[in-house]
Amino acid sequence: MKLEVDIKKSFDDFILEANFVVEDDVFAILGASGSGKTMTLKCIAGVEKPDEGRIVLGDRVLFDSKKKIDVPARKRNIGFLFQDYALFPNMTVRENITCTAKEPSMTDEIIERFDLGSVKDLYPAQLSGGQSQRTAMARMLMTKPELIMFDEPFSALDNYLKFRIEREIYSVIDEFSGPVIMVSHDRNEVYKMADNIGVMDNGSLTDIQKKEEFFDHPKSVVATRLTGCKNVSRIENVSDDIYNATDWGIKIRIPDSLIEGVNITNVGFRAHYFKLVDGNDDVDVFKCSLERIIEDTFSVMVCFRQSGNQSDSPDSLLTWVVSKPKWDEIKDEIFSGKTNEEKSFYLKVDTGKLIVLDR
Amino acid sequence: MDLSPLWISLKIAVMATVITFFAGIMAAFAVSHMKRGRAVVDSIMSIPLVLPPTVVGFLLLILMGRNSFLGRFLNSVGINVIFTVAGGVIASAIVSFPIMYRSTRGAIDQVDTNLINVARTLGMSEWEIFRKVLIPNAWPGIAAATVLSFARALGEFGATIMVAGNIPGKTRTMSVAIYSFMQSGNREKAYLWVGLIIMFSMVVLVLMNVFTDGFKRRKR
Repeated sequence: MKLEVDIKKSFDDFILEANFVVEDDVFAILGASGSGKTMTLKCIAGVEKPDEGRIVLGDRVLFDSKKKIDVPARKRNIGFLFQDYALFPNMTVRENITCTAKEPSMTDEIIERFDLGSVKDLYPAQLSGGQSQRTAMARMLMTKPELIMFDEPFSALDNYLKFRIEREIYSVIDEFSGPVIMVSHDRNEVYKMADNIGVMDNGSLTDIQKKEEFFDHPKSVVATRLTGCKNVSRIENVSDDIYNATDWGIKIRIPDSLIEGVNITNVGFRAHYFKLVDGNDDVDVFKCSLERIIEDTFSVMVCFRQSGNQSDSPDSLLTWVVSKPKWDEIKDEIFSGKTNEEKSFYLKVDTGKLIVLDR
Repeated sequence: MDLSPLWISLKIAVMATVITFFAGIMAAFAVSHMKRGRAVVDSIMSIPLVLPPTVVGFLLLILMGRNSFLGRFLNSVGINVIFTVAGGVIASAIVSFPIMYRSTRGAIDQVDTNLINVARTLGMSEWEIFRKVLIPNAWPGIAAATVLSFARALGEFGATIMVAGNIPGKTRTMSVAIYSFMQSGNREKAYLWVGLIIMFSMVVLVLMNVFTDGFKRRKR
Protein backbone atom coordinates (compact mmCIF):
# COMPACT_ATOMS: atom_id res chain seq x y z
CA MET A 1 0.00 0.00 0.00
CA LYS A 2 1.24 3.40 -0.90
CA LEU A 3 0.15 6.81 0.32
CA GLU A 4 0.73 9.86 -1.83
CA VAL A 5 0.13 13.27 -0.34
CA ASP A 6 0.41 16.60 -2.09
CA ILE A 7 -1.66 19.21 -0.31
CA LYS A 8 -1.83 22.91 0.38
CA LYS A 9 -3.93 24.79 2.92
CA SER A 10 -3.81 28.48 3.78
CA PHE A 11 -4.29 29.97 7.21
CA ASP A 12 -4.23 33.55 8.38
CA ASP A 13 -0.59 33.53 9.22
CA PHE A 14 0.90 30.55 7.47
CA ILE A 15 0.56 28.18 4.56
CA LEU A 16 0.64 24.45 5.02
CA GLU A 17 2.38 22.62 2.20
CA ALA A 18 3.12 18.94 2.31
CA ASN A 19 4.27 16.67 -0.46
CA PHE A 20 5.42 13.15 0.30
CA VAL A 21 4.98 9.46 -0.42
CA VAL A 22 4.90 6.69 2.16
CA GLU A 23 5.25 3.08 1.15
CA ASP A 24 4.79 0.24 3.62
CA ASP A 25 7.19 1.70 6.14
CA VAL A 26 7.29 4.31 8.87
CA PHE A 27 7.44 7.94 7.91
CA ALA A 28 8.07 10.51 10.62
CA ILE A 29 7.31 14.19 10.47
CA LEU A 30 9.65 16.05 12.78
CA GLY A 31 8.93 19.64 13.68
CA ALA A 32 8.49 22.16 16.44
CA SER A 33 5.04 22.55 17.95
CA GLY A 34 2.79 24.76 15.86
CA SER A 35 4.62 23.93 12.65
CA GLY A 36 1.60 22.22 11.06
CA LYS A 37 2.34 18.56 11.73
CA THR A 38 -0.99 17.68 13.30
CA MET A 39 -2.88 19.66 10.65
CA THR A 40 -1.18 17.53 7.99
CA LEU A 41 -2.43 14.36 9.68
CA LYS A 42 -5.91 15.81 10.02
CA CYS A 43 -6.02 16.58 6.30
CA ILE A 44 -5.01 13.00 5.50
CA ALA A 45 -7.60 11.62 7.91
CA GLY A 46 -10.27 13.83 6.36
CA VAL A 47 -11.28 15.80 9.43
CA GLU A 48 -9.78 18.93 7.89
CA LYS A 49 -10.04 19.85 4.23
CA PRO A 50 -7.02 21.07 2.26
CA ASP A 51 -7.55 24.01 -0.11
CA GLU A 52 -6.01 22.16 -2.99
CA GLY A 53 -4.07 19.04 -3.86
CA ARG A 54 -4.42 15.31 -3.93
CA ILE A 55 -4.33 12.44 -1.46
CA VAL A 56 -4.19 8.89 -2.77
CA LEU A 57 -4.10 5.73 -0.65
CA GLY A 58 -3.39 2.57 -2.63
CA ASP A 59 -5.76 2.76 -5.58
CA ARG A 60 -8.30 4.98 -3.83
CA VAL A 61 -8.31 8.73 -4.43
CA LEU A 62 -9.26 10.21 -1.06
CA PHE A 63 -9.00 13.83 -2.03
CA ASP A 64 -8.57 15.63 -5.31
CA SER A 65 -9.42 19.30 -5.47
CA LYS A 66 -9.43 19.35 -9.27
CA LYS A 67 -11.84 16.44 -9.61
CA LYS A 68 -13.85 17.59 -6.58
CA ILE A 69 -13.26 14.34 -4.73
CA ASP A 70 -13.38 14.51 -0.94
CA VAL A 71 -14.04 11.13 0.64
CA PRO A 72 -15.53 11.67 4.13
CA ALA A 73 -13.32 10.72 7.08
CA ARG A 74 -15.47 7.75 8.04
CA LYS A 75 -14.96 6.12 4.64
CA ARG A 76 -11.22 6.73 4.42
CA ASN A 77 -10.34 3.77 6.64
CA ILE A 78 -7.41 5.50 8.28
CA GLY A 79 -6.46 4.88 11.90
CA PHE A 80 -5.59 8.05 13.77
CA LEU A 81 -4.20 7.88 17.29
CA PHE A 82 -4.83 11.31 18.77
CA GLN A 83 -2.36 12.96 21.07
CA ASP A 84 -4.83 12.89 23.97
CA TYR A 85 -6.22 9.50 22.80
CA ALA A 86 -9.77 10.93 22.62
CA LEU A 87 -11.47 7.98 24.29
CA PHE A 88 -15.23 8.37 24.57
CA PRO A 89 -15.75 9.31 28.24
CA ASN A 90 -19.29 7.93 28.28
CA MET A 91 -18.22 4.41 27.33
CA THR A 92 -16.27 1.75 29.18
CA VAL A 93 -12.99 0.45 27.76
CA ARG A 94 -14.85 -2.45 26.22
CA GLU A 95 -17.55 -0.25 24.70
CA ASN A 96 -14.92 2.12 23.34
CA ILE A 97 -13.29 -0.81 21.55
CA THR A 98 -16.43 -2.54 20.24
CA CYS A 99 -18.53 0.44 19.22
CA THR A 100 -16.69 0.97 15.94
CA ALA A 101 -15.19 -2.49 15.50
CA LYS A 102 -15.43 -4.17 12.10
CA GLU A 103 -15.61 -7.57 13.78
CA PRO A 104 -16.94 -7.11 17.33
CA SER A 105 -16.40 -10.82 18.01
CA MET A 106 -12.64 -10.14 18.06
CA THR A 107 -12.98 -7.79 21.02
CA ASP A 108 -12.01 -10.28 23.72
CA GLU A 109 -8.92 -11.27 21.80
CA ILE A 110 -7.70 -7.69 21.44
CA ILE A 111 -8.51 -6.89 25.08
CA GLU A 112 -6.33 -9.83 25.99
CA ARG A 113 -3.57 -8.78 23.63
CA PHE A 114 -3.40 -5.25 25.02
CA ASP A 115 -3.63 -6.51 28.58
CA LEU A 116 -6.83 -4.60 29.29
CA GLY A 117 -8.76 -7.48 30.88
CA SER A 118 -8.65 -6.01 34.38
CA VAL A 119 -9.92 -2.59 33.30
CA LYS A 120 -12.37 -3.49 30.55
CA ASP A 121 -15.38 -2.30 32.53
CA LEU A 122 -13.83 0.96 33.72
CA TYR A 123 -14.45 4.40 32.22
CA PRO A 124 -11.61 6.42 30.61
CA ALA A 125 -11.45 8.82 33.57
CA GLN A 126 -10.40 5.88 35.74
CA LEU A 127 -7.52 4.73 33.51
CA SER A 128 -3.79 5.43 33.71
CA GLY A 129 -2.02 7.03 30.75
CA GLY A 130 -0.71 3.69 29.52
CA GLN A 131 -4.09 1.98 29.77
CA SER A 132 -5.72 4.86 27.90
CA GLN A 133 -3.24 4.58 25.10
CA ARG A 134 -3.60 0.82 24.83
CA THR A 135 -7.37 1.23 24.69
CA ALA A 136 -7.06 3.84 21.96
CA MET A 137 -4.74 1.58 19.96
CA ALA A 138 -7.05 -1.42 20.36
CA ARG A 139 -10.01 0.69 19.26
CA MET A 140 -8.09 1.94 16.24
CA LEU A 141 -6.89 -1.52 15.16
CA MET A 142 -10.40 -2.98 15.45
CA THR A 143 -11.50 -0.75 12.58
CA LYS A 144 -8.93 -2.55 10.39
CA PRO A 145 -7.29 0.61 9.02
CA GLU A 146 -5.21 0.61 5.85
CA LEU A 147 -2.95 3.35 7.15
CA ILE A 148 -2.19 4.34 10.73
CA MET A 149 -1.07 7.69 12.06
CA PHE A 150 0.32 8.57 15.49
CA ASP A 151 0.18 12.15 16.69
CA GLU A 152 2.92 12.80 19.29
CA PRO A 153 2.33 9.40 20.88
CA PHE A 154 4.56 10.02 23.89
CA SER A 155 4.13 13.69 24.65
CA ALA A 156 1.79 13.17 27.59
CA LEU A 157 3.80 10.47 29.31
CA ASP A 158 6.52 10.31 31.90
CA ASN A 159 9.79 8.59 31.11
CA TYR A 160 9.05 5.25 32.70
CA LEU A 161 5.69 4.92 30.97
CA LYS A 162 7.22 6.09 27.72
CA PHE A 163 9.59 3.15 27.68
CA ARG A 164 6.74 0.65 28.11
CA ILE A 165 4.47 2.31 25.60
CA GLU A 166 7.22 2.51 23.04
CA ARG A 167 7.35 -1.27 23.06
CA GLU A 168 3.57 -1.47 22.56
CA ILE A 169 3.81 0.82 19.58
CA TYR A 170 6.74 -1.13 18.12
CA SER A 171 4.70 -4.29 18.27
CA VAL A 172 1.73 -2.59 16.62
CA ILE A 173 3.93 -1.21 13.86
CA ASP A 174 5.67 -4.55 13.36
CA GLU A 175 2.40 -6.41 12.90
CA PHE A 176 0.85 -3.72 10.74
CA SER A 177 1.44 -4.22 7.06
CA GLY A 178 0.42 -0.80 5.69
CA PRO A 179 2.08 2.59 5.80
CA VAL A 180 2.57 4.34 9.14
CA ILE A 181 2.97 8.06 9.74
CA MET A 182 4.09 9.50 13.04
CA VAL A 183 4.46 13.07 14.10
CA SER A 184 6.87 14.17 16.77
CA HIS A 185 9.10 16.93 18.02
CA ASP A 186 11.44 14.46 19.71
CA ARG A 187 14.42 13.31 17.67
CA ASN A 188 14.97 10.23 19.85
CA GLU A 189 11.46 8.91 19.26
CA VAL A 190 11.80 9.54 15.59
CA TYR A 191 15.20 7.91 15.35
CA LYS A 192 13.96 4.78 17.08
CA MET A 193 10.78 4.32 15.06
CA ALA A 194 11.05 5.82 11.63
CA ASP A 195 12.50 4.66 8.33
CA ASN A 196 12.17 8.01 6.60
CA ILE A 197 12.02 11.47 8.07
CA GLY A 198 10.72 14.81 6.85
CA VAL A 199 11.08 18.17 8.53
CA MET A 200 8.09 20.43 9.00
CA ASP A 201 9.02 24.05 9.38
CA ASN A 202 6.46 26.82 9.45
CA GLY A 203 3.97 24.83 7.42
CA SER A 204 6.19 23.33 4.76
CA LEU A 205 7.39 19.77 4.73
CA THR A 206 10.87 19.50 3.27
CA ASP A 207 14.10 17.54 3.41
CA ILE A 208 12.64 14.06 3.26
CA GLN A 209 15.50 11.64 3.82
CA LYS A 210 16.33 8.17 5.02
CA LYS A 211 16.73 8.13 8.78
CA GLU A 212 20.50 7.53 8.86
CA GLU A 213 21.13 10.11 6.19
CA PHE A 214 18.94 12.59 7.99
CA PHE A 215 20.93 12.39 11.20
CA ASP A 216 24.35 12.27 9.53
CA HIS A 217 23.74 14.85 6.83
CA PRO A 218 20.78 17.07 7.60
CA LYS A 219 20.06 19.49 4.80
CA SER A 220 19.00 22.71 6.51
CA VAL A 221 19.65 24.67 9.68
CA VAL A 222 16.17 23.78 10.95
CA ALA A 223 16.74 20.09 10.27
CA THR A 224 20.17 20.27 11.86
CA ARG A 225 18.77 21.71 15.05
CA LEU A 226 15.96 19.13 15.07
CA THR A 227 18.53 16.34 14.93
CA GLY A 228 19.80 17.69 18.21
CA CYS A 229 22.86 19.54 16.97
CA LYS A 230 23.34 22.35 19.47
CA ASN A 231 26.03 24.39 17.74
CA VAL A 232 25.23 26.16 14.49
CA SER A 233 26.87 29.24 12.98
CA ARG A 234 26.63 31.38 9.90
CA ILE A 235 29.87 31.50 7.96
CA GLU A 236 31.64 33.81 5.54
CA ASN A 237 34.50 32.96 3.26
CA VAL A 238 37.68 34.84 4.10
CA SER A 239 40.23 33.34 1.77
CA ASP A 240 40.63 30.00 0.04
CA ASP A 241 39.55 27.41 2.57
CA ILE A 242 39.44 29.73 5.57
CA TYR A 243 35.99 30.79 6.75
CA ASN A 244 34.79 33.12 9.42
CA ALA A 245 32.17 31.47 11.67
CA THR A 246 30.40 34.73 12.47
CA ASP A 247 28.22 33.54 15.33
CA TRP A 248 30.95 31.51 16.96
CA GLY A 249 33.57 34.23 16.56
CA ILE A 250 36.40 32.01 15.27
CA LYS A 251 37.95 31.09 11.95
CA ILE A 252 37.68 27.58 10.64
CA ARG A 253 39.33 25.77 7.80
CA ILE A 254 36.89 23.81 5.68
CA PRO A 255 38.46 21.36 3.26
CA ASP A 256 37.21 21.62 -0.30
CA SER A 257 36.21 17.98 -0.33
CA LEU A 258 33.51 18.74 2.25
CA ILE A 259 31.82 21.52 0.32
CA GLU A 260 31.95 20.23 -3.21
CA GLY A 261 28.88 21.50 -5.01
CA VAL A 262 27.49 23.19 -1.90
CA ASN A 263 26.99 26.92 -1.69
CA ILE A 264 27.87 26.90 1.97
CA THR A 265 26.10 29.37 4.29
CA ASN A 266 26.05 27.64 7.68
CA VAL A 267 27.86 24.96 9.59
CA GLY A 268 26.82 22.77 12.47
CA PHE A 269 28.98 20.89 14.95
CA ARG A 270 27.72 18.31 17.41
CA ALA A 271 28.35 19.05 21.06
CA HIS A 272 30.12 15.79 21.86
CA TYR A 273 32.65 16.02 19.01
CA PHE A 274 34.83 18.77 20.55
CA LYS A 275 38.36 17.82 21.52
CA LEU A 276 40.22 19.38 24.41
CA VAL A 277 43.62 20.68 23.23
CA ASP A 278 46.53 22.50 24.82
CA GLY A 279 47.53 25.40 22.66
CA ASN A 280 45.75 28.14 20.87
CA ASP A 281 45.79 27.77 17.11
CA ASP A 282 44.62 30.45 14.75
CA VAL A 283 41.96 28.30 13.18
CA ASP A 284 39.52 25.58 14.29
CA VAL A 285 40.15 26.23 17.98
CA PHE A 286 38.02 27.99 20.56
CA LYS A 287 39.66 29.86 23.40
CA CYS A 288 36.70 29.15 25.62
CA SER A 289 35.38 31.37 28.33
CA LEU A 290 33.12 29.37 30.56
CA GLU A 291 29.52 30.48 30.94
CA ARG A 292 27.84 27.66 32.79
CA ILE A 293 28.13 23.98 33.63
CA ILE A 294 24.95 21.93 33.56
CA GLU A 295 25.12 18.43 34.99
CA ASP A 296 22.81 15.92 33.38
CA THR A 297 22.27 12.35 34.62
CA PHE A 298 25.17 10.78 32.76
CA SER A 299 26.86 13.69 31.08
CA VAL A 300 27.94 17.25 31.63
CA MET A 301 27.05 20.14 29.36
CA VAL A 302 29.67 22.85 29.30
CA CYS A 303 28.36 26.12 27.89
CA PHE A 304 31.03 28.46 26.63
CA ARG A 305 31.73 31.24 24.17
CA GLN A 306 34.80 32.32 22.28
CA SER A 307 36.74 34.52 24.62
CA GLY A 308 36.07 38.14 23.72
CA ASN A 309 33.19 37.36 21.34
CA GLN A 310 30.73 40.24 21.80
CA SER A 311 28.03 38.87 19.48
CA ASP A 312 24.58 38.74 21.05
CA SER A 313 23.41 35.98 18.72
CA PRO A 314 22.11 32.98 20.68
CA ASP A 315 24.45 30.86 18.58
CA SER A 316 27.49 32.59 20.03
CA LEU A 317 26.95 30.41 23.10
CA LEU A 318 28.18 26.92 22.36
CA THR A 319 27.73 23.63 24.14
CA TRP A 320 30.24 20.89 24.73
CA VAL A 321 28.93 17.60 26.05
CA VAL A 322 31.29 15.35 28.02
CA SER A 323 30.51 12.10 29.79
CA LYS A 324 30.62 12.32 33.59
CA PRO A 325 33.68 10.10 34.15
CA LYS A 326 35.61 11.95 31.49
CA TRP A 327 34.59 15.27 33.03
CA ASP A 328 35.77 14.19 36.48
CA GLU A 329 39.11 13.31 34.90
CA ILE A 330 39.66 16.61 33.16
CA LYS A 331 37.98 19.24 35.26
CA ASP A 332 40.90 19.56 37.73
CA GLU A 333 43.33 19.75 34.88
CA ILE A 334 41.42 22.65 33.39
CA PHE A 335 40.74 24.55 36.55
CA SER A 336 43.48 23.66 39.02
CA GLY A 337 45.34 26.62 40.45
CA LYS A 338 43.48 29.16 38.40
CA THR A 339 41.37 32.11 39.36
CA ASN A 340 37.98 32.50 37.81
CA GLU A 341 39.18 34.79 35.06
CA GLU A 342 41.86 32.34 34.08
CA LYS A 343 39.47 29.43 33.75
CA SER A 344 39.85 29.19 30.05
CA PHE A 345 40.53 26.14 27.97
CA TYR A 346 40.88 25.27 24.33
CA LEU A 347 38.51 23.17 22.26
CA LYS A 348 39.25 22.00 18.77
CA VAL A 349 36.68 21.60 16.02
CA ASP A 350 37.31 18.48 13.95
CA THR A 351 36.38 19.97 10.58
CA GLY A 352 35.86 16.54 9.08
CA LYS A 353 32.81 16.25 11.32
CA LEU A 354 31.28 19.60 10.43
CA ILE A 355 27.73 19.58 9.10
CA VAL A 356 27.82 21.72 6.00
CA LEU A 357 24.62 23.55 5.09
CA ASP A 358 23.44 25.74 2.27
CA ARG A 359 20.23 27.02 3.91
CA MET B 1 -60.25 23.81 47.15
CA ASP B 2 -60.13 23.59 43.40
CA LEU B 3 -56.77 22.12 42.44
CA SER B 4 -57.52 22.14 38.71
CA PRO B 5 -54.98 24.95 37.92
CA LEU B 6 -52.19 22.69 39.22
CA TRP B 7 -53.22 19.76 37.03
CA ILE B 8 -53.80 21.96 33.99
CA SER B 9 -50.42 23.65 34.47
CA LEU B 10 -48.65 20.30 34.85
CA LYS B 11 -50.45 18.83 31.85
CA ILE B 12 -49.52 21.79 29.65
CA ALA B 13 -45.94 21.99 30.94
CA VAL B 14 -45.25 18.26 30.58
CA MET B 15 -46.61 18.12 27.04
CA ALA B 16 -44.83 21.32 26.05
CA THR B 17 -41.54 20.02 27.51
CA VAL B 18 -41.83 16.74 25.59
CA ILE B 19 -42.24 18.75 22.38
CA THR B 20 -39.40 21.20 23.10
CA PHE B 21 -37.11 18.39 24.27
CA PHE B 22 -37.14 16.62 20.91
CA ALA B 23 -37.59 19.73 18.78
CA GLY B 24 -34.79 21.58 20.62
CA ILE B 25 -32.30 18.69 20.29
CA MET B 26 -33.14 18.11 16.63
CA ALA B 27 -32.83 21.80 15.90
CA ALA B 28 -29.48 21.94 17.69
CA PHE B 29 -28.20 19.00 15.64
CA ALA B 30 -29.48 20.48 12.37
CA VAL B 31 -28.09 23.94 13.01
CA SER B 32 -24.68 22.68 14.15
CA HIS B 33 -24.41 20.79 10.84
CA MET B 34 -25.46 23.71 8.66
CA LYS B 35 -22.78 24.82 6.26
CA ARG B 36 -24.13 28.32 5.65
CA GLY B 37 -26.87 30.58 6.96
CA ARG B 38 -26.30 29.30 10.46
CA ALA B 39 -26.43 32.74 12.07
CA VAL B 40 -29.77 33.55 10.43
CA VAL B 41 -31.45 30.28 11.39
CA ASP B 42 -30.00 30.52 14.87
CA SER B 43 -31.53 33.98 15.31
CA ILE B 44 -34.92 32.85 14.06
CA MET B 45 -34.92 29.90 16.47
CA SER B 46 -34.09 32.22 19.34
CA ILE B 47 -36.65 34.95 18.63
CA PRO B 48 -39.27 33.81 21.18
CA LEU B 49 -36.62 34.34 23.85
CA VAL B 50 -36.49 38.08 23.29
CA LEU B 51 -40.07 38.74 22.19
CA PRO B 52 -42.61 39.62 24.90
CA PRO B 53 -44.78 36.51 25.42
CA THR B 54 -47.88 38.54 24.60
CA VAL B 55 -46.43 39.17 21.15
CA VAL B 56 -45.86 35.44 20.70
CA GLY B 57 -49.46 34.87 21.80
CA PHE B 58 -50.72 37.51 19.43
CA LEU B 59 -48.83 36.02 16.49
CA LEU B 60 -50.14 32.55 17.36
CA LEU B 61 -53.69 33.85 17.46
CA ILE B 62 -53.24 35.39 14.02
CA LEU B 63 -51.52 32.26 12.68
CA MET B 64 -54.04 29.76 14.04
CA GLY B 65 -57.20 31.83 14.27
CA ARG B 66 -60.25 31.08 12.15
CA ASN B 67 -59.29 33.53 9.46
CA SER B 68 -55.91 32.04 8.69
CA PHE B 69 -55.13 29.21 6.33
CA LEU B 70 -53.61 27.10 9.10
CA GLY B 71 -56.56 27.80 11.42
CA ARG B 72 -59.09 26.77 8.79
CA PHE B 73 -57.13 23.63 8.02
CA LEU B 74 -56.92 22.67 11.71
CA ASN B 75 -60.60 23.42 12.14
CA SER B 76 -61.53 21.24 9.19
CA VAL B 77 -59.77 18.23 10.75
CA GLY B 78 -61.52 18.89 14.04
CA ILE B 79 -58.72 20.52 16.00
CA ASN B 80 -59.46 23.80 17.66
CA VAL B 81 -56.41 25.45 19.17
CA ILE B 82 -57.85 28.71 20.41
CA PHE B 83 -59.08 28.57 24.03
CA THR B 84 -58.04 24.95 24.51
CA VAL B 85 -55.32 23.08 26.37
CA ALA B 86 -53.72 22.31 22.98
CA GLY B 87 -53.34 26.04 22.46
CA GLY B 88 -51.70 26.37 25.87
CA VAL B 89 -49.29 23.56 25.01
CA ILE B 90 -48.32 25.18 21.72
CA ALA B 91 -47.86 28.60 23.34
CA SER B 92 -45.73 27.19 26.18
CA ALA B 93 -43.70 25.04 23.81
CA ILE B 94 -42.85 27.97 21.58
CA VAL B 95 -41.89 30.23 24.46
CA SER B 96 -39.68 27.58 26.11
CA PHE B 97 -38.19 26.23 22.87
CA PRO B 98 -35.27 28.72 22.62
CA ILE B 99 -34.09 27.78 26.12
CA MET B 100 -33.93 24.11 25.17
CA TYR B 101 -32.39 24.79 21.78
CA ARG B 102 -29.73 27.24 22.93
CA SER B 103 -28.67 25.29 26.02
CA THR B 104 -28.44 22.08 24.02
CA ARG B 105 -26.30 23.77 21.40
CA GLY B 106 -24.07 25.18 24.11
CA ALA B 107 -23.71 21.74 25.69
CA ILE B 108 -22.95 20.13 22.31
CA ASP B 109 -20.41 22.81 21.41
CA GLN B 110 -18.56 22.08 24.62
CA VAL B 111 -17.95 18.45 23.73
CA ASP B 112 -14.27 18.06 22.79
CA THR B 113 -13.94 18.38 18.99
CA ASN B 114 -11.28 15.66 19.07
CA LEU B 115 -13.96 13.19 20.18
CA ILE B 116 -15.96 14.05 17.08
CA ASN B 117 -12.89 13.88 14.88
CA VAL B 118 -11.81 10.52 16.25
CA ALA B 119 -15.35 9.19 15.87
CA ARG B 120 -15.26 10.17 12.21
CA THR B 121 -11.93 8.48 11.58
CA LEU B 122 -13.29 5.36 13.31
CA GLY B 123 -16.09 5.23 10.75
CA MET B 124 -19.11 6.58 12.63
CA SER B 125 -21.76 8.43 10.62
CA GLU B 126 -22.79 11.93 11.72
CA TRP B 127 -26.04 10.58 13.13
CA GLU B 128 -24.20 7.87 15.10
CA ILE B 129 -21.81 10.49 16.42
CA PHE B 130 -24.78 12.55 17.52
CA ARG B 131 -26.44 9.65 19.33
CA LYS B 132 -23.41 7.87 20.77
CA VAL B 133 -20.95 10.68 21.40
CA LEU B 134 -22.55 14.12 21.43
CA ILE B 135 -25.77 13.46 23.33
CA PRO B 136 -24.23 11.25 26.05
CA ASN B 137 -21.37 13.67 26.67
CA ALA B 138 -23.61 16.72 26.56
CA TRP B 139 -26.24 14.96 28.66
CA PRO B 140 -25.90 16.94 31.92
CA GLY B 141 -26.31 20.18 29.98
CA ILE B 142 -29.27 18.79 28.07
CA ALA B 143 -30.90 17.57 31.28
CA ALA B 144 -30.45 20.97 32.89
CA ALA B 145 -31.91 22.60 29.77
CA THR B 146 -34.93 20.31 29.99
CA VAL B 147 -35.55 21.25 33.60
CA LEU B 148 -35.27 24.95 32.74
CA SER B 149 -37.64 24.58 29.78
CA PHE B 150 -40.12 22.78 32.00
CA ALA B 151 -39.95 25.59 34.54
CA ARG B 152 -40.44 28.16 31.83
CA ALA B 153 -43.43 26.26 30.39
CA LEU B 154 -44.92 25.80 33.85
CA GLY B 155 -44.81 29.51 34.60
CA GLU B 156 -45.84 30.70 31.15
CA PHE B 157 -48.43 33.45 31.36
CA GLY B 158 -48.57 35.98 28.53
CA ALA B 159 -48.77 33.75 25.47
CA THR B 160 -50.93 31.20 27.29
CA ILE B 161 -53.61 33.65 28.38
CA MET B 162 -53.83 35.04 24.87
CA VAL B 163 -54.06 31.71 23.08
CA ALA B 164 -55.67 29.41 25.65
CA GLY B 165 -57.59 32.01 27.56
CA ASN B 166 -58.67 31.82 31.19
CA ILE B 167 -61.45 29.26 31.43
CA PRO B 168 -61.66 27.88 35.00
CA GLY B 169 -61.27 24.12 35.13
CA LYS B 170 -60.35 24.04 31.46
CA THR B 171 -57.47 26.31 30.54
CA ARG B 172 -56.80 28.25 33.75
CA THR B 173 -53.20 27.48 34.73
CA MET B 174 -51.55 28.38 38.03
CA SER B 175 -50.04 31.65 36.84
CA VAL B 176 -53.27 32.65 35.15
CA ALA B 177 -55.15 31.71 38.32
CA ILE B 178 -52.95 34.02 40.42
CA TYR B 179 -53.73 36.85 38.04
CA SER B 180 -57.46 36.15 38.21
CA PHE B 181 -57.55 35.89 42.01
CA MET B 182 -55.66 39.18 42.36
CA GLN B 183 -58.07 40.81 39.91
CA SER B 184 -61.09 39.62 41.85
CA GLY B 185 -59.56 40.57 45.24
CA ASN B 186 -59.24 36.97 46.37
CA ARG B 187 -55.83 37.48 47.98
CA GLU B 188 -55.76 34.32 50.09
CA LYS B 189 -56.00 32.05 47.08
CA ALA B 190 -53.46 34.14 45.23
CA TYR B 191 -51.00 33.67 48.16
CA LEU B 192 -51.60 29.94 48.10
CA TRP B 193 -50.78 29.58 44.43
CA VAL B 194 -47.80 31.93 44.73
CA GLY B 195 -46.44 29.75 47.54
CA LEU B 196 -46.94 26.62 45.48
CA ILE B 197 -45.13 28.09 42.49
CA ILE B 198 -42.20 29.23 44.64
CA MET B 199 -41.92 25.70 46.03
CA PHE B 200 -41.96 24.26 42.55
CA SER B 201 -39.26 26.66 41.42
CA MET B 202 -37.03 25.69 44.34
CA VAL B 203 -37.38 22.03 43.42
CA VAL B 204 -36.42 22.89 39.87
CA LEU B 205 -33.26 24.70 40.99
CA VAL B 206 -32.28 21.85 43.29
CA LEU B 207 -32.75 19.40 40.43
CA MET B 208 -30.57 21.51 38.16
CA ASN B 209 -27.80 21.62 40.71
CA VAL B 210 -27.99 17.87 41.13
CA PHE B 211 -27.46 17.46 37.38
CA THR B 212 -24.53 19.86 37.15
CA ASP B 213 -22.87 18.44 40.27
CA GLY B 214 -23.21 14.94 38.93
CA PHE B 215 -21.45 16.12 35.79
CA LYS B 216 -18.55 17.61 37.70
CA ARG B 217 -18.09 14.47 39.68
CA ARG B 218 -17.97 12.34 36.55
CA LYS B 219 -15.40 14.59 34.94
CA ARG B 220 -13.28 14.73 38.11
